[in-house]
Amino acid sequence: MSLNIADFVSSSPLMAVTATALLLILVEASRKGRPGLSFTLSMAGLFAASVFAVVNYSDEQIVFFGMLRQGWYANFLNLVFLSAAMLTVLVSKPYLERQGAHRGEYYILILFATIGMMFMAGANDLIVVFLGIELMSLCLYVLAGFFRTKDTSNESALKYFLLGAFATGFLLYGITLIYGTAGTTNLEAISKNLPTLSSQWMFMVGVGLLLTAFAFKVAAVPFHMWAPDVYEGAPTTVTAFMSTGAKAAAFATFVLLFHQVFQFTGSKVNDLIAYIAAASMVLGNVIAIAQANIKRMLAYSSIAHAGYMLSGIAAGNSEGQTGILFYLVAYTLMNVGAFGIVGLMEKVDDQNLQLDDYTGLSQQRPFLAALMAIFMFSLAGVPPFAGFFGKYYVFLSAVKADMTWLAVVGVMTSLVSAYYYLRIVVLMYFRDGKGDVAAQPAIPALVAVTSSAILLLQFGIFPSFIVNAVQKLF
Amino acid sequence: MTSFAPYIVFLPFIGFLVLGLFGSRIKSEKLIGIIGSGVVGVSFAIAMAIFVQMVGEEPHARKHVVELFTWISAFTGTASSIHVVVAYQVDQLSILMTLIVTGVGFLIHVYSIGYMHGDAGFWRFFAYLNLFIFAMLNLVLADNFLLMFLGWEGVGLCSYLLIGFWYDRKFDVGGYAAGTATTNDAARKAFIVNRIGDFGFILAMLLIFHTFGSLRFDSVFNGAELMSIGNQAAFWITLLLFVGATGKSAQIPLFVWLPDAMAGPTPVSALIHAATMVTAGVYMVARCSILFALAPTTLQVVAIIGALTAIVAASIGLVQNDIKKILAYSTVSQLGYMFLALGVAAFSAGIFHLTTHAFFKALLFLGSGAVIHAMHDEQDIQKMGGLKKYLPTTYKTFLIGAIAIAGIFPFAGFFSKDEILWKAFSSEHGSVVMWAIGVIGAGLTAFYMFRLVILTFEGTFRFGEEVHPHEAPKTMTVPLIILAFLSLVGGFIGVPKSFFGNNMIEHWLAPVFEPASTKLLLIEEGVHATEYVLMALSLGIAAAGIYGAWKVYTKRPDIAESLRNKYTKVYSLLLNKYFVDEVYDKTVVGPTVKLSEKLLWKGFDVAVIDGALNGMASLVSVTALWFRKIQTGIAQTYAVVFVGGIVFVLAWLILK
Repeated sequence: MSLNIADFVSSSPLMAVTATALLLILVEASRKGRPGLSFTLSMAGLFAASVFAVVNYSDEQIVFFGMLRQGWYANFLNLVFLSAAMLTVLVSKPYLERQGAHRGEYYILILFATIGMMFMAGANDLIVVFLGIELMSLCLYVLAGFFRTKDTSNESALKYFLLGAFATGFLLYGITLIYGTAGTTNLEAISKNLPTLSSQWMFMVGVGLLLTAFAFKVAAVPFHMWAPDVYEGAPTTVTAFMSTGAKAAAFATFVLLFHQVFQFTGSKVNDLIAYIAAASMVLGNVIAIAQANIKRMLAYSSIAHAGYMLSGIAAGNSEGQTGILFYLVAYTLMNVGAFGIVGLMEKVDDQNLQLDDYTGLSQQRPFLAALMAIFMFSLAGVPPFAGFFGKYYVFLSAVKADMTWLAVVGVMTSLVSAYYYLRIVVLMYFRDGKGDVAAQPAIPALVAVTSSAILLLQFGIFPSFIVNAVQKLF
Repeated sequence: MTSFAPYIVFLPFIGFLVLGLFGSRIKSEKLIGIIGSGVVGVSFAIAMAIFVQMVGEEPHARKHVVELFTWISAFTGTASSIHVVVAYQVDQLSILMTLIVTGVGFLIHVYSIGYMHGDAGFWRFFAYLNLFIFAMLNLVLADNFLLMFLGWEGVGLCSYLLIGFWYDRKFDVGGYAAGTATTNDAARKAFIVNRIGDFGFILAMLLIFHTFGSLRFDSVFNGAELMSIGNQAAFWITLLLFVGATGKSAQIPLFVWLPDAMAGPTPVSALIHAATMVTAGVYMVARCSILFALAPTTLQVVAIIGALTAIVAASIGLVQNDIKKILAYSTVSQLGYMFLALGVAAFSAGIFHLTTHAFFKALLFLGSGAVIHAMHDEQDIQKMGGLKKYLPTTYKTFLIGAIAIAGIFPFAGFFSKDEILWKAFSSEHGSVVMWAIGVIGAGLTAFYMFRLVILTFEGTFRFGEEVHPHEAPKTMTVPLIILAFLSLVGGFIGVPKSFFGNNMIEHWLAPVFEPASTKLLLIEEGVHATEYVLMALSLGIAAAGIYGAWKVYTKRPDIAESLRNKYTKVYSLLLNKYFVDEVYDKTVVGPTVKLSEKLLWKGFDVAVIDGALNGMASLVSVTALWFRKIQTGIAQTYAVVFVGGIVFVLAWLILK
């Protein structure tokens, strides 16, 4: 066994982001107070990593002594993470400047969190999964408390950290139990011995604990309770990143473990996940209706979306996997977009965060209102935006897995969700505003939200582009 | 060259995007006009180039499919797999339609530059027109039913938008009390009536998918070729498709929307409600000829509906006074002829008439637009007269159009209408009665058209001093002249054997209709002496119609007066369009409104829906309150719930 150049080449996206992050630390240490440079460098590094991810979009191979699995799957998700990171960086710069907290370490933390996500998607060993989750989570804890003089931000960070640490304990315990029964943490080896393993209850307990840990990370009911408080208190752009990148990473591992390694179909595990999915869809959507704060509303909406995506895991078939991957792309774009606009609207001291503040936006900022309407329609699952096909594919997979009831719950709760998404559209377009609502939009943020909207439309009209990317290399 | 087909479709869409997004900022009408017409013109040029290339190919190698991308793909590998590709099919039929849509469309775009001059919605008008062309091209070039349906719905939407273009103007809509309706109501009526037909189309599509497992024309039609005549599924499919066609192409019983669609600007009437969109139903039936061949009963229905519509609409046209409504009923009637042709399995004759009709009816509408333009929005022909002195070009071209539609040799209408009448007589699917109805209809057509010409252009002025009619600008007259030329020579593409021609259009389309002809065992017949006799007869009747109109409206206006007084009942029946709108109002619209109001709104909506919704809302607030109690904001509580979840998960996994 020896280290190959090829190992580095195939994991070049990961290397590129790592190098950029390390470089940024040096830059920050030597040239304090120049966050603009960090912004530019992090964008460049993320972009370069995306290019590497596209170039390396090929068959899978095991690298770094069986620790990482690099190929189309990892790179598909890398592109999702990198897009989430880039969009977040773009919307963050003007937001942080306005909030008076524009410091270079913000970008470093975003980059390290992204590295953690990339480890999670490219893992071939439970230890790597754990390392990835921890790297990502630690960065996010700090990011959530980035407004260190604000109580809400500190509260958010502390709650996230406490409960996150709690979940990590169970994750580690689950890994221990699996190691205890399987004698290895290597995912391939576990996958090979699965028939004998899955009859042991100790192994199943391990699986169950992993399940709870990931259900916590994706904010599924009943492990969701941290999400509204954390999402509300964290800086809006951090919330955007948490609710998309971090969720995508958790789902990436979810799919990796439950679809590709454990390969449960039609078992009691699938039933269990289906119940969690259904509970998330119902609860998330119903409680979202009662929210007056837009960040809290989007937090509950993100719980509901976790439920939709979990339907694909519950289904356990290849359609489910395609559906989740498609959904992640759509969800990342629409959620970063929505939070991006919330960030643009937000003023200092948590002003302009109530739903009522969006009243009459179409008259004052017609462009922002139009974009927000697109994101709301897409979140509600209205064609021709990508959100529609995301739902379509996961519900389809549920029907194929003889879980029609789950698809019915999904469709019915989507109907409920239309109420609170479209309420924003109604407020923006059909009510008269009270004057001066919007803060001055800034170019990088506008670029980010506009491109999100365009991509949503593109993938909504040409869904086959992504479906082929997923299925071609199956 | 055929690989350029998608550009034909997408150029008008680009025009729509440019005008729709930036139109309000473009100050120059000229620039808007150039963009709007230009994209359609270039589309026409590409279509022409493809056509020329196709002429050089073997007749059976002229079909080309250009695939763009997979649109919907689901359940792959199972029996119910669905795979819809966005692909355009260029063949003899679709390229002909494309040439008509882009060619006539281009002329009408150019005409509109003059007609819409000074209108506040100038850019909006051109944006809608371009969107319409895009949708219409999707309809004719689609290679599957779903994409065709997309175009079908798209043209319906554009039709709605354009009928109600002047949404705040008053307009008398059939079924509404006089003076209460606006053009918006006319638009809505068109849209709703079309929905009924579209529902038929949707059902047909579902049935097609159920029967053939595909929506692609190739697979469906190949599957149909293996079926035998009288197939039950084919019967229902074709019947439902025809329901769709009666909506879009304004046939009995759904024709009521077309006369009211005249609320739109005149170029719209010419483009959408005469030359292209309303012929979509004809195109669709012709496209599905093999399916219709399997269902002789449906063919019979199509022929009967077509013949009835032809004569009913023509008779209504006799007494109308609104210049555009006369033309509208004339369009309904001519569409009836096309369906009559399709119904007697003379598919290429139907398409032939569609082609010539596009020329002369567009010409007549644009001519009427020039008249309305000159008369400052007056449309009542009783208040016109003697206009040939002021509008010489319009008069001459309009006269050519009138002669063409009346079916006088050698104008375009003569060949295409005679082809239909002969097929109605000679085909084993036709009958003498259908032929007779057609001939009488032709006589009526000649009469009402020349009544229109004479009352508008001949005789004495019947308008006030303040009106000063003037000839239209060049952008309007040049399209008129080109269309007049086409109405004159357009028939030569289908000169029958009896005139020593070789019926080019029939030969051109033959490969498309070959499966249907083979299935129905149609044989190419030779020249019959009867054909000449019938031809002479129909020519004679058309001439008689023209003579009658001339006699009555120039020499003896008292005849019209006395006829009106003698047959009051008949006159009022015709003037009120057989009271169809009123009947629909009493039997369908009224009860629906009542039902909606009493039962659906106050009963179901208020009690059930609102009740359920309010119930849901209070349930939600109760649940939300309950959850708020748990959502304390205290992290320890959250951890407790978390642990509860873990206990449940582990219990489920271990105990189950």
